[in-house]
Amino acid sequence: MTINEIQDEIIKEFSAYDDWIDKYSFLIKTGKNIPIIDKEQKTGKNSINGCQSKVWLHASMENGLIKFTADSDAMIVKGITSLLVRVLSDKTPEEIMNSDLYFIDKIGLKQNLSPTRSNGLLAMLKQMKLYAIAYNTELKNKRK
Amino acid sequence: MNFDIDKIRNDFPILGQKIYNKPLIYFDNAATTQKPKKVIDKMNEYYFNYNGNIHRGVHYLSEKSTEANENARETIQKYINAKHTHEIIFTRGTTEAINLVAYSFGEEFISKDDEIIVSVIEHHSNIIPWQILCNRKGAKLKVIPCNDKGELLYDEFEKLLSDKTKIIAINHISNSLGTINPVKKIIQKAHSFNIPVLIDGAQAIQHIKVDVMDLDCDFYTFSGHKMFGPTGIGVLYGKEKWLDKMPPYQSGGEMIDIVTFEKTTYNSLPFKFEAGTPNYIGSIALGAAVEYINSVGINNIAEYEKELLKYGTEKLSEIKKLKIYGTADNKTSVISFLIDGIHHYDAGMILDKMGIAIRTGHHCTQPVMDRFGINGTIRASFAFYNTKKEIDTLYEALLKVIAMFN
Repeated sequence: MTINEIQDEIIKEFSAYDDWIDKYSFLIKTGKNIPIIDKEQKTGKNSINGCQSKVWLHASMENGLIKFTADSDAMIVKGITSLLVRVLSDKTPEEIMNSDLYFIDKIGLKQNLSPTRSNGLLAMLKQMKLYAIAYNTELKNKRK
Repeated sequence: MNFDIDKIRNDFPILGQKIYNKPLIYFDNAATTQKPKKVIDKMNEYYFNYNGNIHRGVHYLSEKSTEANENARETIQKYINAKHTHEIIFTRGTTEAINLVAYSFGEEFISKDDEIIVSVIEHHSNIIPWQILCNRKGAKLKVIPCNDKGELLYDEFEKLLSDKTKIIAINHISNSLGTINPVKKIIQKAHSFNIPVLIDGAQAIQHIKVDVMDLDCDFYTFSGHKMFGPTGIGVLYGKEKWLDKMPPYQSGGEMIDIVTFEKTTYNSLPFKFEAGTPNYIGSIALGAAVEYINSVGINNIAEYEKELLKYGTEKLSEIKKLKIYGTADNKTSVISFLIDGIHHYDAGMILDKMGIAIRTGHHCTQPVMDRFGINGTIRASFAFYNTKKEIDTLYEALLKVIAMFN
């Protein structure tokens, strides 16, 4: 599935819930399916500190695709992290670099990604794109 | 007690609104307070009718603004019972007031190997200016510890005192725990060693009667926006004997006497410390905020809030998994807590969706969080416009939060 197909799928899943309580409950449940980061990878290098909550993110490259694993100490943040990983994991660096993530706004969780939220999510999204740029450069250098 | 809560709530236009279609419950008063209509009207009145740069103009508008600015200074002087109006310096807020003293007092009185005492329950803004001063001068920072209730250990404080101690800077009331510190006792002790004391009053000035002459503090700082006034205005009270000896903090217009390229002489107090065009609309509106507090009565406020604290503490303690941080015998209307197994950010997000504004995180007091081995709390901080009914709603909302995360 392409990045946009996955985004549309998530939007559809969330559209089943009108009430914000159900929406957040679903989000919390979703978080439990996160491709969890290995314990030994929960190091300073992979940690993204928000003012309030912590996020850990690890990236690796397999067959030209970037694989993300992650975790967070806050459940809501973990839920959104799991969605971001679901959308961006197993994609090529180029796909990730060029992605436009519209689903967060569409499912009504944009507030969590505002710069004032200081939950580490915005920094994590930036980090995911930075990994893509780094792996892209690595791939190009290999081709040379 | 003469306390008409409905009338008081009507004085604050913002409290009547709905958030996500639910009545707003504002429990983030330690971060900032809401403004009564009188304060908002005062700002409008001056911008609409009397705006003119103060102190220099000879024209009508300038005179009107100058007069109102100086009247506000007098209103504040009386509110805290300072000896002189020129001991009231307008600043941007508590942070700037502390920075002013740390820089200016530090410049004159702090040398290598001197010691400065703060406490473990300070807001970052009463730690970092002193840290920077210590780095600049080669001085040392000493820290008064606290017990498990969040009360300062007075015996430990006494042990820290020495002839190297040059200033003590502590808060009157802790923003994250609500502890009311025995500042008068600390000041008396410090003065017996001839050590001046700065009191960070940001969390006290709106809750309890503050009398700087009775406390005998050397400096007292507070912010306008935490006492129902506008943002961007605050106060440094300083005893004349210190302020006179301290060099200017910032320089420019207003703070000068005679300027030549060879030498500049400075203006007298308070203007020596008020460089540039000050936030005079802010100070005028802060004066209106103090008048508003006076009309309700600070002792009435203190009494009502004490009741809210008692009720809130009992109510929230009914929740089994809830633990309150900050259980000092003498505290104000701040309840900092955590619920077992629930991240404070998660709780805050869900409470927000229910129209309840509380604070989550470390509240700019990371050393306090380290002391208790946590990385943040959920903080409900009450003002005199809050009600027991709102506390009931918080209680119900917390039960929902617990149900959601279990």
